[in-house]
Amino acid sequence: MRALAAIYVRLVGARVRSQLEYRLSTALQLVGVGILTATDFVAIAVIFANVPELGEWSLGEVAFLYALATISFALTDIAIGHLDLFPQMIREGTFDQILVRPLPSLLQVVAADFALRRLGKALQGLAVLAFALTIVDVDWTVGRALAIPLAIAAGAVIYGAVWIALATVAFWIVDAIELVNAFTYGGSFLSQYPLGIFARWLRGLVVFVVPLAFVAYFPALYVLDKDDELGLPRALSFASPFVATLAALAAGAVWRNAVRHYRSAGG
Amino acid sequence: MIELWNVEKRFVVRAKIGRLRRERREVRAVDGLSYRLERGEMTGYLGPNGAGKSTTVKMLTGILVPSAGVIRVAGLDPSRQRIELARRIGVVFGQRSQLWWDLPLGDSFDLLRHIYRVPAERHRANLKRLTEVLGLAAFVNTPVRQLSLGQRMRGELTAALLHDPEVIFLDEPTIGLDIVAKAAVREFLAEVNRERGVTVLLTTHDLADIERLCSRLLIIDHGRLIWDGGLDELKRRYGQERTLVVDLEEAAPPLEVSGARVTKVDGPRQWLSFRRDETSAAELTATVAANARLVDLAIEETQIEEIVRRIYATGAARPAS
Repeated sequence: MRALAAIYVRLVGARVRSQLEYRLSTALQLVGVGILTATDFVAIAVIFANVPELGEWSLGEVAFLYALATISFALTDIAIGHLDLFPQMIREGTFDQILVRPLPSLLQVVAADFALRRLGKALQGLAVLAFALTIVDVDWTVGRALAIPLAIAAGAVIYGAVWIALATVAFWIVDAIELVNAFTYGGSFLSQYPLGIFARWLRGLVVFVVPLAFVAYFPALYVLDKDDELGLPRALSFASPFVATLAALAAGAVWRNAVRHYRSAGG
Repeated sequence: MIELWNVEKRFVVRAKIGRLRRERREVRAVDGLSYRLERGEMTGYLGPNGAGKSTTVKMLTGILVPSAGVIRVAGLDPSRQRIELARRIGVVFGQRSQLWWDLPLGDSFDLLRHIYRVPAERHRANLKRLTEVLGLAAFVNTPVRQLSLGQRMRGELTAALLHDPEVIFLDEPTIGLDIVAKAAVREFLAEVNRERGVTVLLTTHDLADIERLCSRLLIIDHGRLIWDGGLDELKRRYGQERTLVVDLEEAAPPLEVSGARVTKVDGPRQWLSFRRDETSAAELTATVAANARLVDLAIEETQIEEIVRRIYATGAARPAS
């Protein structure tokens, strides 16, 4: 495990050095992403300029939820956001190279890139988190303070697991990236808002099938001392790390099975 | 070292027929292949495009999972023990790079040392030797994207050998190289095979690669083995016919030369087909020169596609032993 972590750092390091070969381009992308994401939270501010509450959640509470989800999403995006190039690896057959090296294939795909430029989104999330914490009333305890970093880490793992599982669709249907994007970016949108505002079937989906409700919603209930509008048990607030572990194991199994269906390219 | 028993690989292809209907069709890329390569053997793997060569190599290296049959490489099942196998084999795909495109060549070797967990001492010794033999010193600090094809191929060969593999798979290693680079790569491969006893399976279109390197030849077509034996015997049986292409000073009627017949005329250029066991190229050239004003000439060997066609035509494929 430690050896794998070390090689991950090395592979990512090689990728970062490659990006620094094109310094200007990387710098411009970083600025571009920063400007784009700065406007992201505006949508929520606009809603609250018109209504005082959103499904019994105040502006500060929604901002807190938004920040948790956004930081988790940004971390996943930095680490494995390049999975959207994975179908191209399949189409061009460069995945062949990965399979002839003595390392787990998923580790190599994940380490194939490291998008520094996406750091901008995480910074924006942190800014919103700081803003939220100044206007919401939190009854601080050690548990609540610890819950924030833990929720962010577990959330990043859950997003990652969902993305990886979805990316395996490319082993069968190479051009499915738009479908996958609908789930990944759409999923991030879902987890930025209180669950109560969505239709019943959608709520069921993100609690029981694709566990996105565990990214930010359930941990936020605990930190903000709120009850789920649907009356789901409070204990679910502590389930995120376990859900993250299960999701990661499931994604790993899906990946290993999918690799056996790889068809390569050319003769 | 390499064993295959009744190996098959089937692909499902969806072809469009009509506006909406699609037809599912099963293609057998590899169709019941069995053979065995001994340790230290250097074998050429030939066949026309789409014959199943690359598909076989991909199954032997653990990239593709066979649909049926059993494969053992260095005693391992490639698709199930992929990572373990990867440590013990080297792979060079001529058309794809395993080097880090934007980094200096030397950085790739360093990364590979960590990926394959080669002890530092051994890595240094191997790299030193390969650097000498392949003359890498001049461009080891150049980013891979700036290397010429020949330089890159030398880098690829080094990358594939740094971890002392027991088996190397080479897929078109000389494709696109100039004559000098081709000769260097061939010489190097022969030496690696001789000195380290590495088992080599070489996929190629270039009969000269085989001629220089391989004692044994496997030819496949439509996913089946149609020849397993030496190159000399194959040539004696099917490769006797060669073609002398002559450019005359001006267009002339087909030449009348004993021991050869004109198969094609295009202006001042004529193609003369002759048999290697009846006439030598030197003899024939002399005769042509005596009868016509010769400007240029070239000799064409029988192409592998042609040999495969003839093996079918005579129906005399020697079964795999």
